Amino acid sequence: MPSAPTPATEVRTDAAAAPRKASRRFDPHRFGPLLGLALLLVVGTALNPDFATWDNLMNVLTRTAFIGIISIGMCFVIISGGIDLSVGSMAALIAGGMILVMNALAGSIASPVAVVAIGMVFAVTLGGGFGLMHGYLITRGRIEPFIVTLGTLGIFRAVLTWLADGGAITLDNSLSDAYGPVYYASLLGIPIPVWVFILAAVAGAVLLNRTPFGRYVQAIGSNEQVARFAAVDVDGVKLLTYGLLGVCVGIATLLYVPRLGSASPTTGLLWELEAIAAVIVGGTSFKGGEGRIAGTIIGAVLLSVISNILNLTSIISVYLNAAVQGCVIIAVAFLQRRRP
Amino acid sequence: MNPQNADLRNANPRSGLHVAFDGITKDFGAVRVLHGVGFDLHPGRVHGLLGENGAGKSTLMKILAGYHAPTAGTIRIDGQPTRFAGSRDAEERGIVLIHQELNLADDLTVAQNMFLGHELRRGWLLDDRAMRVQAAQALRQVGFDGDPDTKVRDLIVAEKQLVEIAKAQLRHARLLIMDEPTASLTPSECERLFGLIARLRDDGVTIVYISHKLDEVERITDEVIVMRDGRFVARAPTAETSRRRMATLMVGRELTDMFPEKRTVPPSATPLMAVRDVTVPGWAEGVSFDLHPGEILGFAGLVGAGRTELFEGILGLRPRSAGRIELNGKAVRLRTPREAMRHGLTYLSEDRKGKGLHTSMRLRDNLTLMTLRHHAHPLLSHASEDAALARAVTAFGIRGDPGGTAASLSGGNQQKLAIAKFLEPDPRVFVLDEPTRGVDVGAKRDIYFLIERLAAERRGVIVISSELIELIGLCHRVIVMRGRRVTATLPADRLSEEELIAHAIGTHTRH
Repeated sequence: MPSAPTPATEVRTDAAAAPRKASRRFDPHRFGPLLGLALLLVVGTALNPDFATWDNLMNVLTRTAFIGIISIGMCFVIISGGIDLSVGSMAALIAGGMILVMNALAGSIASPVAVVAIGMVFAVTLGGGFGLMHGYLITRGRIEPFIVTLGTLGIFRAVLTWLADGGAITLDNSLSDAYGPVYYASLLGIPIPVWVFILAAVAGAVLLNRTPFGRYVQAIGSNEQVARFAAVDVDGVKLLTYGLLGVCVGIATLLYVPRLGSASPTTGLLWELEAIAAVIVGGTSFKGGEGRIAGTIIGAVLLSVISNILNLTSIISVYLNAAVQGCVIIAVAFLQRRRP
Repeated sequence: MNPQNADLRNANPRSGLHVAFDGITKDFGAVRVLHGVGFDLHPGRVHGLLGENGAGKSTLMKILAGYHAPTAGTIRIDGQPTRFAGSRDAEERGIVLIHQELNLADDLTVAQNMFLGHELRRGWLLDDRAMRVQAAQALRQVGFDGDPDTKVRDLIVAEKQLVEIAKAQLRHARLLIMDEPTASLTPSECERLFGLIARLRDDGVTIVYISHKLDEVERITDEVIVMRDGRFVARAPTAETSRRRMATLMVGRELTDMFPEKRTVPPSATPLMAVRDVTVPGWAEGVSFDLHPGEILGFAGLVGAGRTELFEGILGLRPRSAGRIELNGKAVRLRTPREAMRHGLTYLSEDRKGKGLHTSMRLRDNLTLMTLRHHAHPLLSHASEDAALARAVTAFGIRGDPGGTAASLSGGNQQKLAIAKFLEPDPRVFVLDEPTRGVDVGAKRDIYFLIERLAAERRGVIVISSELIELIGLCHRVIVMRGRRVTATLPADRLSEEELIAHAIGTHTRH
């Protein structure tokens, strides 16, 4: 008797599977950000003829590089179910710290290139160290990531302000010429920061999708308890995500410093907003578990295109840039919310 | 809310409801869990609703109590077709479901819980005094003499149960559904509950009693209704139905066909796993046992006896304060599930969705999570992972869309996937906690035969289960735990429901 209805069930399952496959193809989470970006490009071109030029495009991408590189690291942290609010302050402190180190070495080491190289290694190491410290406090200390990084958000910027004595820390003139090309030079017509951005994006995508580490990050964000029971070293993986984000902040900062050649209490202000916004706009779930590097990159580009359009046109004041970004992140979260 | 409801209640405040289910069907996504169920419930009777895990009892009762809407079919209450908008709506009609996991807010007081969502007011303010007085009165009726201002957190489980029933009384329950109410009660607490149920029945209340404990069903129900695989199977007066008959109706075949034949365990010099005096503070004290190659060792006990927590402690997921663990004759330090896996020990939790599978991830990603290093050279090879999935699908008979998420599988297939996942590291000792919870009969049988196959490969298998029939049918030895300690180790020839229950609840005397 119980075997009779089986064929009917099979048929129903097949029928149900077909539309699900189809809907996967039109997944709005995946293509929404791309559509949004395309729309913005059309609007930008219509509003100002200077928008769709190669120079402006490269300008936008260069400015995106800093936030974009940070948001790649942020993407891992958010997918694992964490958050880091401190990245803007961290960038400021790294910038100040590396300038002080380079200025100090400028007298004793003859080659400015060597000094700049040491400064760059210092920036990446300091960033990685800060990240690991976050990770350590979060995993071993069992403190919420929100609280830990809220604390360091204040600490990092205050220390920088103190080091700069409320003003700015400026790079020694003798080093500027050696360091300048890191931001201003181009290779094959594409600025160096954009190259680094592209490399970071490719590395991030491979790391997330094609390595055990990336899978563990997704598994932890999707359900930490299940990952723990499945013999995943949850604390170790989380520690690494924060370390990775710190390294990303270090790289972004070392690209940023030659642009102005100084660090001040306003360096990196609100970068955390932009980095988190890029990740969320890119379709990564804030609850963790799933996310895409490609989406994050699109999110970062989309946000700086908005700011670029505000700069080029006078419809909305450029002072409202952060407000527009805030609106975009809320709107995207609204569109992506799941039915209960 | 509905004026008609109010009329009904006023017309006859205490009499029970007559319920007729007609063709009730329920789908969750692509999975149909109820297939046109139809039967009646009568006022003034205690109905024992029987069925294995996954038979659809709880789903049907949640539909009756307004938590789910049926996909098709009608419920007639006192002859009228009724559709509830939600559980509140059902409560207005006097239908109250007391959940298996009690539904009380721990940080509120007893009285606050009893009036939650139905607070009495004076103007804009809460009328605490009136609520306390009414709560105390209802609590006295059910035999709870504590203070209604006690926080629920400070009550024992049995008291919480009484609070739930008193709360139902307060809402003028005319149909009371109890889902496994005695799962964590002591015998004397059970007696008190049974007395209360009899009184409610004599008052005319319709009662549905869901339990796996057939001796209780035999004692307190007037008739039994059996469901299997989402279908109504049979109903009969309790007095005319033997326990053996109930079990056969639930399982759908003679019990002997459900289980593989028991091999004798080949003798071995060293046990595969030896546990000595392991203590998991608060959960298990001084537990020792041996597991031999090829052996299926059962762990029986009531909820809260400490079985799950003991193994979580052995795996390093809970602090362990004492004891020694040997695997293959060597003392090992296990601090994380990862170290346990490296030493050839894996554990599949009873909580499949919370600790076993990533339901939102794909089958492949679930399967290979524990052994990703085998598929990374150094980048992950999806082809190699897909091959592993294809092997598992064939070996374990997993049915479903291989490209879909784990959530898209039925309970039985999810469990097979979970078993496959925890077998990927090729453990020598495999611990399964409630391996057939929420699994249909066919898949259950598959899992039993699979467990036997693992043991025949000279692995050691530990089965923690609350289903006594399962332990009796499958295990070579069963260890019984009660109140954090091992109270008995029973060999296969001494396994019976009576014996296991007696050791588990502590009424065993030497005969």
